[in-house]
Amino acid sequence: MSSVEATPADAIIVRKTALNAVHRHMGAKMVDFNGWDMPVEYPASIGCGIINEHMAVRTGVGIFDVSHMGDIRLAGPQALAAVQHVSMNDASRLAVGQAQYSALLYPQGTFVDDVIVHRLGEDEYLLVINAGTREKDFNWVRDNTQRFDCKVEHLSDDFTQIAIQGPKGMDVLQKLTDANLSAVKFYWVTRGTVCGLKDILIARTGYTAEDGFEIYIPADESTSARVWNEILSAGKEFGIVPCGLGARNTLRLEGALSLYGHEISDTINVWEAGLDRFCKMEKPEFVGRAALEKEKIAGLKRMLVGLEMTGRGIARDEYKVLDRSGRESGYVTSGSPAPFLKKNIALAYVPPEFSAIGTPLKVEIRGQGVEAQVVPTPFYKRPRK
Amino acid sequence: MPYPTDRKYTKEHEWIQASDATATIGITDHAQESLGDIVFVELPKVGAELTAGKTFGTVESVKAVSDLYAPASGTVTETNGDLATSPEKVNKDAHGSWMLKITLKNTGELDALLSAADYEKFVTEEGGH
Repeated sequence: MSSVEATPADAIIVRKTALNAVHRHMGAKMVDFNGWDMPVEYPASIGCGIINEHMAVRTGVGIFDVSHMGDIRLAGPQALAAVQHVSMNDASRLAVGQAQYSALLYPQGTFVDDVIVHRLGEDEYLLVINAGTREKDFNWVRDNTQRFDCKVEHLSDDFTQIAIQGPKGMDVLQKLTDANLSAVKFYWVTRGTVCGLKDILIARTGYTAEDGFEIYIPADESTSARVWNEILSAGKEFGIVPCGLGARNTLRLEGALSLYGHEISDTINVWEAGLDRFCKMEKPEFVGRAALEKEKIAGLKRMLVGLEMTGRGIARDEYKVLDRSGRESGYVTSGSPAPFLKKNIALAYVPPEFSAIGTPLKVEIRGQGVEAQVVPTPFYKRPRK
Repeated sequence: MPYPTDRKYTKEHEWIQASDATATIGITDHAQESLGDIVFVELPKVGAELTAGKTFGTVESVKAVSDLYAPASGTVTETNGDLATSPEKVNKDAHGSWMLKITLKNTGELDALLSAADYEKFVTEEGGH
């Protein structure tokens, strides 16, 4: 590698979360993720690495720094109307303290981003958005809600967001808070004192296809580091490990959860992505609705399916999907070994005629068609208690 | 991790240990650490011809796909079948988990490769971790 002298004009601003120094101190392998300097995995010497981190979340508990995620607050008399206008799920169904998976759509019915909508108060909503789309999302929400009597604020830099995920997640967090966590249902939020910090937002949400919580604490470095370390100490008896973006990706893929830029994007619509159940067409109006109505009548040209490799090989993002005769017929959006399932799995777009469970297909790996099969998604479903 | 002095190294992070015209090839500890959990190793068949500097196989971790480059030219005489079922052995002991044995075409090719000390220096200067 040659060194390039950075000039102010072409210097790339790398963003860091308040926990950046903590990750580096722990020896994490850092990567550029959408302009963010983030841990991809922690070292094997402290019992980490993607596979161990993944398994800890499936069987015990792990923590993630997800402060790169963005936050938009909408508050005011017409906050609900504004949220209803820019998102595809039905926010009128949310009780105060409840959250839902949803998406912001373009008029064509394709994705600006997927979001979690939290109803924090009578007229107050918090949208949690992706890191790489923060500015785009905020501008989109602000520009499309101007006619509503509601204030739109970009709070992305106000929080350090930490996810405590896994079947033992509640046991760990309960040691550090006065909030009664067992009373908080999945996709609900509460507030409580956490590590001595008053009135902290605690959400029973996550991106791991596992039970867990996400907490929103002040973004200053010393508070963030203190809380991170207190969670690790409290979790010691449960075998807690810090987890990076590598495990976050394999965990969400086993759960077949969409990732912006992969399964969903500005060229993929809701029906193709198979997110019908989060899109409430009975809502009379929202951005993208008219186009989606037309698309529904026109029918699908491609569909997102789950693939399991039956031949020897690992499907990776952007690899070609071939039909049995070897003709190109789709592409992999996300592909990886699945550490818990111990299989090589992928999500892929294919024409509807190849979408039936059991359909044999191939994935082109280094010029060779390797056998795969369409399987039901999610690949992994957590056991219900 | 000290790099054994009984072998030579490449800037693509392979090692090669030669005894006369026979050589054993693997990847370095630095390579396994950069890759993370190794889950797949694809090697050429016995009898395949390797050309120095050209790819001869693939190693995949959970996260990444990486090509393997031949440290020297030669003919494959043996592959480590163990790695097909237990690729994680490379993580545990990269310098002990060989991938190929070859018959060298030209033992002089090894002279151009890095010594253990030079490789260690190269890895440190490259940024390492």
